[in-house]
Amino acid sequence: MSAVPVLSLLIFAPWLGAALLAGCPQLGPRSSRALAFAFSLTTLAVALWLLGSFDRASTGYQFVERHDWIAALHAHYHLGLDGFSLLLVLLVGILAPLSLLASWRQIPDPRFFSLLFLLLQGATLGVFLALDFFHWFIFWELSLVPAYFLIRLWGGAGSAGAAYQFVIYTVGGSAFLLLGFVAIFAATGTFDFVELARLGADGTLAARLAGLGGFWPQAVFLGVLLGFAVKVPLFPFHTWLPPAYAEAPTGVSMFLTGAMSKMGVYGFLRLLWPLFPGPLHAAAGPLLALALGGVVLGAFSAMRQTDLKRMIAYSSINHLSYCLLALFAVSAASGRSPPAGEAAAAAFSGTLLQVFNHGISAAALFYGVGLLEARAGGRRGLGDFGGVRAAAPVFAGLFGIAMFSSLGLPGLNGFVGEFLIFRGVWGLQAWAVPVACLGLFATAYFLLTFWQRVFHGPRAGAAAGDFPDVSGVDFAVLVPLVALMFLLGVLPQLLTGLFNPLITQWAGHLSLP
Amino acid sequence: MSLLPWTIFVSLAGALLAWAAGRRSARAARWTALVVTAGAWALTLLAATRFVPGPRLQTLVDLPWIPAMGIRCHLAVDGISLTLLVLTGLAATAAVLFSWNIRERAGEFFALLLTLVAGVYGVFLSADALLFFVFYEIAIVPKYFLIATWGSTNREYGAMKLALYSFAGSAMVLAGLLWVYAGGDGHGFGFAELAQTAAGLPRHQQIFVFALVFFGFATLAGIFPLHTWAPTGHVAAPTGASMLLAGVVMKLGAYGCLRVALPLSAVGFAFWQPTIAWLAVIGIVYAGLVALMQDDLKFVIGYSSVSHMGFVLLGLAAANAQGFSGAVLQMFSHGVIAGLLFAVVGRMIYDRTHTRRLSDLRALPLRRLLPFAAAVFVIAGIASMGLPGFSGFPAELTILIGAWKAAPVWAAIAALGVLVAAAFTLRAIQLAFFGSAPAPAGGTGAGAPAIHLEPITLAEKAGALLLIGATVLIGLKPDLLLDWINPALQSPLLQSVMKGGRP
Repeated sequence: MSAVPVLSLLIFAPWLGAALLAGCPQLGPRSSRALAFAFSLTTLAVALWLLGSFDRASTGYQFVERHDWIAALHAHYHLGLDGFSLLLVLLVGILAPLSLLASWRQIPDPRFFSLLFLLLQGATLGVFLALDFFHWFIFWELSLVPAYFLIRLWGGAGSAGAAYQFVIYTVGGSAFLLLGFVAIFAATGTFDFVELARLGADGTLAARLAGLGGFWPQAVFLGVLLGFAVKVPLFPFHTWLPPAYAEAPTGVSMFLTGAMSKMGVYGFLRLLWPLFPGPLHAAAGPLLALALGGVVLGAFSAMRQTDLKRMIAYSSINHLSYCLLALFAVSAASGRSPPAGEAAAAAFSGTLLQVFNHGISAAALFYGVGLLEARAGGRRGLGDFGGVRAAAPVFAGLFGIAMFSSLGLPGLNGFVGEFLIFRGVWGLQAWAVPVACLGLFATAYFLLTFWQRVFHGPRAGAAAGDFPDVSGVDFAVLVPLVALMFLLGVLPQLLTGLFNPLITQWAGHLSLP
Repeated sequence: MSLLPWTIFVSLAGALLAWAAGRRSARAARWTALVVTAGAWALTLLAATRFVPGPRLQTLVDLPWIPAMGIRCHLAVDGISLTLLVLTGLAATAAVLFSWNIRERAGEFFALLLTLVAGVYGVFLSADALLFFVFYEIAIVPKYFLIATWGSTNREYGAMKLALYSFAGSAMVLAGLLWVYAGGDGHGFGFAELAQTAAGLPRHQQIFVFALVFFGFATLAGIFPLHTWAPTGHVAAPTGASMLLAGVVMKLGAYGCLRVALPLSAVGFAFWQPTIAWLAVIGIVYAGLVALMQDDLKFVIGYSSVSHMGFVLLGLAAANAQGFSGAVLQMFSHGVIAGLLFAVVGRMIYDRTHTRRLSDLRALPLRRLLPFAAAVFVIAGIASMGLPGFSGFPAELTILIGAWKAAPVWAAIAALGVLVAAAFTLRAIQLAFFGSAPAPAGGTGAGAPAIHLEPITLAEKAGALLLIGATVLIGLKPDLLLDWINPALQSPLLQSVMKGGRP
């Protein structure tokens, strides 16, 4: 127990900002922006403080807060932080203020927009820090509400359908997730993640669920799986994603793909894997195939897009599928002897790095596309531009770096994560690697096509006329992201140092109960 | 003497006063009604602070009434009835606040409303089945007049259908109760006495009697396929009456099922349990799908009420501690949320725009014309979807746990209902408030059509905040009610239901 409830502070500071914005309807655009930005920054400030006082050698939860809450459901207010959560908190801390900055010029009425955005930020943090299903699910579901309105109210022409589809898909997944946890509670009488992980590891949970008989134990597993699979998304539950990301305003796309999509990966690693090691092992074959489907088909679909925003959206599916590929490869290999500890550790640490790196790169790419769109008066087709490099050389440079980071060029951040994932998967399920490489080639192909058609050649399309280079706000958004790409490309240990002991512990738990 | 019986007398006396005040002015009548409903609600809250949760009914008044038949004027309270009493006070106060614009024959309107409320208080306090039945009828009659006189769309049809279903249901209940009393050589109409008497009947009679009483009550709770009165009645009713109808009157049926029907016969319940559960889950999904298809916004809400009451019935059918406590919690939660939804649709939107058709509303920039209504409807919609943080979530979660323990397949289908609820609620929000083309950049440009709607009044704001506060409070702290409800589940009668008749 810590004296200051620092994790609560982390979650509720953005909500406090939202409450202030809600309480002052006469606040002008300028002061709303400043207030929202200040409250959005609190996450980064607290995260940096946490970084300093976080015990890197420990694998348990730190800064734990636990209070009684609902006696009838044995629910507690339980927050805790380990290396994995800290990584995600840092990611949210970096992306949230930048996404707000990115929205500054687009949004005429920033008060309501920032209010919703701060709500979303707080809910996302809550998902990464809550350790009891009851309030974890509150954050999980409530994050949808601001996201829905952010897409619906400030999105493009098709935003009504996109936002509806986004919420219905996710709520659909969550309904099954909820049912899964209903069954888990009925079997164990607890909603506490730590307790449940223990019951999952020693096989008690599986044994109790087996008492249901018939197909029901598998149904519980599939329910929980489906909830997370929609969120990540795992192929073929991804169809909500391209329209949602494409229709959302730039800043929101950045945050959705950078931070919110990580909620699904987090769920897989924090809940599904610890709670259901047995069923996950049993289902690993088909799941690996689906993850590979996401890697390959996501990249090939991106290749077929002419809308630049949809192209980046599909590439997000491809990148997040690598994370799932690694996890499924590990669970396919778990229980095998001799245990493939080293490969598993590589796969896990690649996954966590990928989670962070994808957040940085995808946010930068979405911002760049948003900038192109704004300069072109709303057009963002592959054929609408030409020679942007000549018109805006600085922008071309920054965006090019983000592209190569997304492509996985060594020396930039994307490389390390993907390399470790491939290294891990090779040691666990070697056959998957050549298939996944198809995805790498397709990614290279579509990103280079993007680069060539939009940035090279003579100035054409929207870039033929007046096309100003990056300005103050653009610098403020892109430069920190690009700097991080270099920094983490050269010094990935800045991040791996946070979660190495945790990874080692995870990799040591490969025996099945 | 305890405070709670006064709620009945205060409401009845208030009805007379409101009628008298209405002869003077509408203003006097509504203020009288507000003071009376708020006063009765304060009484329930005051009694709640002194309430010591316990397993048995705590007798408040027990007088002989018709000694020849062993009928007693027996009022008693436990955690379950207290929850519903507090709900009644809250819903009645809010209903008066949302009836603030009634001008035509206001005195009679509020007199009928208060009579209805008195009947509802009486039902929740009765510990004698016949007294229960009398109050039940007192609550039904004013409903007919409220709808037929002050209603809107198809009001005669809606009022008549509702009254006929209600009377048919109560006739079944009465027949069942008399059968037990007469056929089983009973000595009184206390709940425990009835159960004891019924146990002496032959098996097939028990099954039949149970069906009469249970489905009689369940009609009023909106069980599929006897639910069709609910949407038409809700739609036709004036706002305050819809709020009470969905908010508390449907609860009378569910409460009757729990208090009178279920303990009546373990044999009968064992026979009907799967049927009830299947009807409940079919109701949840079917009514949700119908709500998805409606064009009249009030019909959407009406069918959503049927869907949500399906959860209550499912909890009752699960017949375990989670099922029962979830069902009572859901009764409270739905009472608040449905009240809020009907208030927005009936009062805030319909009284101003004179249309409830989604196809008309989507053409109006309602979100800018009535931002407060939009905000309230979004919050109520989110709560109604069962999103966590609002009272619907702990209630539905508890019911799902209970249903899963009874039979996983019921819980699985009911979870589909959660998804359907999200779909129809979101559709309604989107079409009603966010249907129009987005505003030209800069906000209130010259292009905006010159529609001026009367601004939201203070009474509406107060009512809305009251109900939102209640749903959030219970959503975050369901223990407030569960601490009353759970001890009451230890009563011998309910325990014997949960244990399938074994004492």
